[in-house]
Amino acid sequence: MILLETMAAGAISYAWLMIAVPAVSAALLLLLGKAADAWGHWLGVLAALASFAVAVACFGQLLASAESAREVTVPLFTWITTPTWHIDAALLIDPLSILFALLITGVGSVIHIYSVGYMAHDERKRRFFAFLNLFVAAMLILVLSDNYLVLFVGWEGVGLASYLLIGFWQHKPSAAAAAKKAFVMNRVGDLGMTMSVFTMLALIGSSSFADVNAAAAKLPWGWVTAIGFFLLLGACGKSAQVPLQAWLLDAMEGPTPVSALIHAATMVTAGVYLVVRSHAIYAETEAAALAVCVVGAVTLLVGAWIGCSKDDIKKVLAGSTMSQIGYMMLAAGIGPAGWAFAIFHLLTHGFFKANMFLGAGSVMHAMGDDVNMRNFGALRKAIPITFWTFAMGYLAIIGFPGFAGYFSKDHIIEAAFEHGPAFGIIAILGAGVTAFYMTRLMLMTYFGEARWEKDIHPHESPLTMTVPLMILAAFSVIAGFLMNGWISGWLNPGLGVAEHEAEWLPTPVGLVTLVVIAAGVFLGWQLFGKKPVPKEVPDTSNPLVIAGRNDVFGDAVNSALAVKPTMLLADTTVANDTWIIDRGVDGLATGFLELSRVGRKVQTGQVRSYALFMAVGVFLVGVLVIVGQLG
Amino acid sequence: MNPDLVLWLAAILFGIGALGLMTRRNALVAFMCVELMLNAANLVLVTMSNVHGGLDGQVAAFFVMVVAAAEVTVGLSIIVMVYRSRRSTSVDAANLLKQ
Repeated sequence: MILLETMAAGAISYAWLMIAVPAVSAALLLLLGKAADAWGHWLGVLAALASFAVAVACFGQLLASAESAREVTVPLFTWITTPTWHIDAALLIDPLSILFALLITGVGSVIHIYSVGYMAHDERKRRFFAFLNLFVAAMLILVLSDNYLVLFVGWEGVGLASYLLIGFWQHKPSAAAAAKKAFVMNRVGDLGMTMSVFTMLALIGSSSFADVNAAAAKLPWGWVTAIGFFLLLGACGKSAQVPLQAWLLDAMEGPTPVSALIHAATMVTAGVYLVVRSHAIYAETEAAALAVCVVGAVTLLVGAWIGCSKDDIKKVLAGSTMSQIGYMMLAAGIGPAGWAFAIFHLLTHGFFKANMFLGAGSVMHAMGDDVNMRNFGALRKAIPITFWTFAMGYLAIIGFPGFAGYFSKDHIIEAAFEHGPAFGIIAILGAGVTAFYMTRLMLMTYFGEARWEKDIHPHESPLTMTVPLMILAAFSVIAGFLMNGWISGWLNPGLGVAEHEAEWLPTPVGLVTLVVIAAGVFLGWQLFGKKPVPKEVPDTSNPLVIAGRNDVFGDAVNSALAVKPTMLLADTTVANDTWIIDRGVDGLATGFLELSRVGRKVQTGQVRSYALFMAVGVFLVGVLVIVGQLG
Repeated sequence: MNPDLVLWLAAILFGIGALGLMTRRNALVAFMCVELMLNAANLVLVTMSNVHGGLDGQVAAFFVMVVAAAEVTVGLSIIVMVYRSRRSTSVDAANLLKQ
């Protein structure tokens, strides 16, 4: 390993600390063992905060420098040197990566603090914080690396952290199974990632963003399209997009802060980051870009559909996350007009969805870890802080004017309409459905009659949990307003984003969107606000609801397409092993055994018969010798 | 002296020895039959030595005698031990190797 001199100055030259601090903290927490049980969680929080401080310093430096100087590469060390390839590990600090770094470390720190309260009574919380720190470090490697191969290291790191954290309560068989499911489905996506990196190394001889972007235009159309589809496959796996969506709903088995940090705010958006980062490739291939749009549009509807029919509060939010990432994918596939909006929505979504997941965690805390919304109701008086902060998230996600989601989602819908009316209509429809299921969630949880189980006495969560909620709620309100006029210009030099006049007032499309959203809210109130919510799941013959309750049959499709054939292959292999290979070897051994049973009869133990055999043998040898002489 | 006669004698001695070895159950008698066969072989060696006028055959005969003497020492002691433990010198009774 050869350390490389850095050219960068100021805070950015210390950017590696962002990754190193949480990584070292994770290692310490895991290695120190019980010695760190008492204070380990605070070390974890401190590491996340330190990382955030470095990110803020780097951001400040970028903000202060000229627009052309906002792309800084910080070389770290030479990683791989072969006669054919030379790969340096380097960090790329540019407007895109620093926004991600701020989101990961900022929201990450807030969630670390929340976890101190949420996991207070868990015996293994030191380990929990070690895994959270590991996640932060891996996610930062993912977004800060300057080439696809190092990105892949982070990509796998977050996959590992996600696996460990989904299965954190591994004593529950469902959690262990969910962790394995997430891991295996992500491997399918990783196949796409590795194939894309291999293709780049083979064709371009380098995997760095700069080289790939420069070479994309010169590649044959077929190869650049292949890379586009490989990257899309990787993005689908990590971001739970159709057809690799099924793992995200099960991933809700993990502790709620994990759902907020990994499966809402940061890791699942890595796919969007990947697509936006690979913009030069998608600019060269219409087919792959269209595929990104289609995947986004389909997931947007499927996620919302699932969100409408679940009674598990976390699964509603998980479906909603899929749907919102679908919006980002759609925007990322649209091309230069949508990239900045994809990132914009990613950031606002990171705030309001983390807010709502943590809120859901607070509700669960109050309700004795129950997640069934049919057992909630009338919680707004019992847990007012959670209610009000959750309400901010609610208004943000449905796109209430002035809240964070309003700005970011509206832009995506407009861009989708410019790209193609079909995409626009799907996006508007998705917004309406989002308003419907989120209204349903709000009404079932916080309003109506109390349907609590016996012995449940809801109580507000401790300050370590409510303060993070307040911070995130504040960002759910102001984030859109803060970034709306700024983000296109900020991302412009790095991405080559078409300059877009920031819209402040609703356009005709925006007005239609607002009407559709209002209709969704009204419908939700009609169905779940006006009449009492039944405590039992009502029977239904509505195929849409049945499909939604079954995750749009995602598991059935996986089972038919992947699990069953694999099982068949495994069964065939086992049968082959048992009936052909084992039987063959056994048969050979049995044959020799039987042969020796016959042969052993010759050994009678009778000295006289041995003498006879010897005499006969000598006689025969003599005859042979004599016959040989004659011949 | 006609060597043919001696060779015939040797053949007859060998045949008696071989037949005896194959038919008699008493270990001592079987042992004597082996000695008879060895002596038949010695007779052939000595005769041939005389026919060819060399000493090789006689040397070989001495060798056989020495080896036979050593063999008798070991063999007889084995037979005595077998007799002590089994109260019998029948070679058919001593078939433990069959198992």
